[in-house]
Amino acid sequence: MEPAGAGTSAGSSKGVRRRNLLLGGAAAGVGALAAAGTQLVGGAPSSSVAAETPDNGAGTVPFFGPRQAGIGTAAQAHGAFVALDLKPGITAAGVKSLLKLLTSDAARLTQGEGALADTEAELAFRPANLTVTFGFGPGLFRVAAPGRAPSWLRPLPKFGIDRLVKEYSDGDLLLQICADDPLTVAHAQRMLLKDSRSFTTVRWIQQGFRRAYGTEKPGTTMRNLFGQVDGTANPVPGSESFERVVFGDGANRSWAENGTSLVLRRISMNLDKWDELDRSGREESVGRKLSNGAPLTGVDEHDEPDFKALNPVGFPVIADFSHLRRARPEDPSQRIFRRAFNYDVPPGGPGVSDSGLLFASFQADVDRQFVPIQKRLDDLDILNQWTTPVGSAVFAVPPGCGPDGFVGEGLFAFA
Amino acid sequence: MTTKKTLSLLSLATAATLALGACSSGNAPAPAASSASPAPALSISEPWVKAASSGMTAAFGTVRNGSGKDITITTVTTPASPMAELHETVMNPSGGMQMRAKEGGFTIPAGGELKLEPGANHIMLMKLAKAYRAGDEIPFELKASDGTALSFTAQVKDFSGAKENYAPGGDSGEHSGHGGEDHSGHAQPTTSPAK
Repeated sequence: MEPAGAGTSAGSSKGVRRRNLLLGGAAAGVGALAAAGTQLVGGAPSSSVAAETPDNGAGTVPFFGPRQAGIGTAAQAHGAFVALDLKPGITAAGVKSLLKLLTSDAARLTQGEGALADTEAELAFRPANLTVTFGFGPGLFRVAAPGRAPSWLRPLPKFGIDRLVKEYSDGDLLLQICADDPLTVAHAQRMLLKDSRSFTTVRWIQQGFRRAYGTEKPGTTMRNLFGQVDGTANPVPGSESFERVVFGDGANRSWAENGTSLVLRRISMNLDKWDELDRSGREESVGRKLSNGAPLTGVDEHDEPDFKALNPVGFPVIADFSHLRRARPEDPSQRIFRRAFNYDVPPGGPGVSDSGLLFASFQADVDRQFVPIQKRLDDLDILNQWTTPVGSAVFAVPPGCGPDGFVGEGLFAFA
Repeated sequence: MTTKKTLSLLSLATAATLALGACSSGNAPAPAASSASPAPALSISEPWVKAASSGMTAAFGTVRNGSGKDITITTVTTPASPMAELHETVMNPSGGMQMRAKEGGFTIPAGGELKLEPGANHIMLMKLAKAYRAGDEIPFELKASDGTALSFTAQVKDFSGAKENYAPGGDSGEHSGHGGEDHSGHAQPTTSPAK
C-alpha cells in the first residue's frame, strides 16, 4: 500500500468547489474535450490539446491518513517553516484546542477549501499540492504530555562548525507549509497563524524554494545555490529504504508508529567566497560533477562512487575530505531523508548574497541517524569552508489522523 | 411532527468533514449519524463563534432546510448567553449598515439555506456568561415556529473582523456602531457586489 501522503492528484475535483466546476471548470473541460475530439478527427495533434491538462493549482495531496503529508510527498516548489512558542500559561487543554483548530485549517486548506472563518477563502481555492506538516518541540511535550518526549528531542550536540543564532533555532511547534504556489503558502501561513495567536507567539519563519513547478521533470534532484545537484543519495519515497529510514523498523524504532522526526538546519552558503573557487575545485570539494551530479568516478548521477579509484599521481579521485565521502555513512543504518529548500534573502553585509539551504532532514531517530553523520561532517568536510550552520531545530513529527481526529491526538490518549 | 436533528460535533475535525462533505455534494445536507433516514429538516455546516472576553459576540454558519416546506426559525438558545437573538444587518436611513433583531425570525425556503456570516445575518450573543476563547465549544439550539429544532455545537475562533461588540449597552432591539462612519468589518461584506 502506498503510504498516505505519498501521492498527489493533480486536478482532483475534491479540491475544487462545486460551483467552480459547474460554472467554470466543467464548461471549460467540455470545450477542451470537444476541441480535442476535433483534433483527433483531423488527425493532427495541436498545442490546443494542452488545454486539457488541469491547472497545477488544482492539485491536492490527501490530508487524512496514518501518516502526515509533506514528508514522502514530492517536494513542492515553495516551503515555509514556521516555529511557534507556546505562551506562558497555556495548558494541555489549550494545546489540544490549538491542534484541533490547526488540523481543521490544514485539512480544509490542503483540499482547496477556505478555513473556517477564512476572510480570504478565495486564496484557498488553488491548493497547488499544499501540505501542512506538524512537528512538536520539547516545550510542547512539557506542557501537553510530560515525560513522553522521545529521548532525542532536544537541541543537537554542539558542533564546531555551528554559528547558531536563536532567531533560527528551536521552537515548541513547527508548521511545515509547502505548495507549488507562493500565494497559497502565504495564505495558509497567515490562516494558521491567525488561529495560533491566542496560544503561541512566532519564534521564527524560514521560507525557501526549489525550481518552479514545471521547470524540470518531477523527480529531478534539486540543485542548491552553489549549483550542485543536492540530494542524490536520498531514499526514494515509497521504497523499502525510505520506510526504514523515515519511519523506522524493528531494529530502529520511531518514537510513534507512523511518526518520525524533523531536523531543520539553516545552512548559510558563502556564495561570494565560493565564487573564488574554480570548477575543478568545486567538483573536488563535493566529489561530484557539477554537470549532472555524477560521482567523479562515474558518468550518471546515480552511479555508485568508486572510493578506491586513484588519479594518475596516486591520490583518490574522490578526495578523503570531500563532502560525498564524509557524508556517506559506512553504517547503512545511518541514513536520512532530505527534503531541503534553498533560501535567498537580501544581503545585509558587504557581500552580494545571503543565501543558503534550509536543510530539512527526516529520520526515525535523530541520535542514531542524523547526529553521527553531522559529527563526521563536523570533523572534516572541505565544504565547511563555504558553509556555516546558523540555525538548528529538532521536532518530533507525529502520525497523521483520520477525519474524526486531529494531529497529535496520541499525546492526549492517556491524559 | 417534530423533527429533532442533533448534530454531535465531536471535534472541529468533524466539522471540517461535514463541511467538506457538504461542499462536494452540492446542496445535500451534512451527513449525520442516521444517514439512512431522509434529509433532516434542519442542518448546519461550518458553525463557529467569534472569541470574546466579555460582553457580546456572534455565531455563524450555514443552516439548511432539507424539508419540502418553508421553515421559520424564531428562537435561538445557548448557555453561553442569557440573551441570544437572530440578527439581520440592514441599511439605515443614513446609508450605514446596522444590525437589529430579525422581526418574526428567519424563513428558510424549502430546500434552501440561510447563511449566517460576519457583516450579514448572524446569531447575536449578548451578556456573555464568561470569556470564550479560541478552541472552546458552545452548544446552541435553534427552534422553528413549527416546532422543528436543531441542536449543534460551534467552535470558538479568533476573528478580528465584524466587530459586533462595538456598542455594549444598547437595547436588545438594536445596537449601533456598525453604521455611520465606521464601516470596519461589517458593512463591506454585506454590500460587496460579489455576494
